[in-house]
Amino acid sequence: MAQKTVLFAKHVECGAKMVDFHGWDMPLNYGSQIEEHHNVRQDAGMFDVSHMTIVDLKGPNTRNFLRYLLANDVNKLTVPGKALYSGMLNEAGGVIDDLIVYFLAEDFFRLVVNSATREKDLAWINQQAAAYNVTVTERPEFAMIAVQGPQAKAKVATVLTEQQKAAVAGMKPFFGVQAGSLFIATTGYTGEDGYEISLPNEEAADFWQKLLDAGVKPAGLGARDTLRLEAGMNLYGQDMDETVSPLAANMGWTIAWEPSDRNFIGRAALEQQKAAGTMKLVGLVMEQKGVLRHGQKVVTEGGEGEITSGTFSPTLGFSIAMARVPASTGDTAEVDIRGKLVQVKVVKPNFVRMGKKVI
Amino acid sequence: MSNIPNELKYAPSHEWVRDEGNGVFTVGISEHAQDLLGDMVFVELPDVGDTVAQGDDVAVAESVKAASDIYAPVSGEIVAVNDALNDSPELVNSAPYGDGWMFKIKISDESELAGLLDAAGYQNVVDSE
Repeated sequence: MAQKTVLFAKHVECGAKMVDFHGWDMPLNYGSQIEEHHNVRQDAGMFDVSHMTIVDLKGPNTRNFLRYLLANDVNKLTVPGKALYSGMLNEAGGVIDDLIVYFLAEDFFRLVVNSATREKDLAWINQQAAAYNVTVTERPEFAMIAVQGPQAKAKVATVLTEQQKAAVAGMKPFFGVQAGSLFIATTGYTGEDGYEISLPNEEAADFWQKLLDAGVKPAGLGARDTLRLEAGMNLYGQDMDETVSPLAANMGWTIAWEPSDRNFIGRAALEQQKAAGTMKLVGLVMEQKGVLRHGQKVVTEGGEGEITSGTFSPTLGFSIAMARVPASTGDTAEVDIRGKLVQVKVVKPNFVRMGKKVI
Repeated sequence: MSNIPNELKYAPSHEWVRDEGNGVFTVGISEHAQDLLGDMVFVELPDVGDTVAQGDDVAVAESVKAASDIYAPVSGEIVAVNDALNDSPELVNSAPYGDGWMFKIKISDESELAGLLDAAGYQNVVDSE
């Protein structure tokens, strides 16, 4: 029996096609995922992301604990509310999960981790936290709604109180603030402006309805995947997992090597991987007919690689992909599509940002 | 509930067939099939003049989700293809039995028609999935 978020009834009301997503009954689309995609790029759409796991960490040693737990360095977080994207690695340097950490107070940080990895994440965090006397508390009493798109903030503003509007006024990207019962963050998974809003479960359906009334259209997992892929954002379990180094997953920028005396889990393994060299995660573009798909083989002069995520890009009108390929790969490669080798362009894995083509 | 028009014949692989007279049959995919595939992004059609045998993969419907082969429900010669799908593949989603048709076959062996399903038979296929 799949779990349901508190917004399940709203999805059904909105005509959603529901699918099982790692044990959760989630909306795939509400009719056309391509229309939902365009709506987020051009106006404002909302996603139920209540299946994601919120974990609060408390205690005077929380910052030191996170400096050890995460490959990125929470000492970059100096202003309360500021957020950071990081990998959480195992000792072998593989990615247990990717997550966002919010600095709320010196003794209070919040993590948002993936739903598919919930159990192993909690087990790992609890195991590591014991030595630091950090209290680890999951917050299943919160739902989460992501409102994304160029009109997202303006439309959300129409359903906020004056105090909440004041709290988010001028908030820069990658910040979060508790405003009344809402935790409002300027984060997202689409490459557009917008918010991710956590709120008590019992308020979620009313809030969703207010957003609908404000002209925000629902969008499902299908659009979420094409939007994040256009934005060059990794999907855990597909673009990286415990067997993959962040260096081979376009996550090198999330590893804080300095200060060099900071020991974090996986550091020794990463240093060896860096010295030895790894594969790299690149973007692929195919302008002719056809769609690049997960699992397709990539052929380059330096050896073979594989597409980790591929799709048709609704914004660009042709297919794009992320692929893990040999480090020597140049500007072109070939992809084996149903037995035919097709030439593709190799680019940085970032295709569309703020509604604009960036390749 | 998915729409399965009574006047059409069906293949278990989800193609529908409409008798246009003079041995010409129009082929498309069912509403159920397009719903399974999701938003269509490309349709690769056969060439007019191709000779095809029943069960040959003759077209590819590529959706956001997957690439799916379309099989010839009967043998014969391709006498027309729906060029509108090159620019508007979404017609397969919005009008699977109308403007979203794929190709027309001039049948070479009328006896193959007897092996196709009627609407009730195809409904059973859908229900058993």
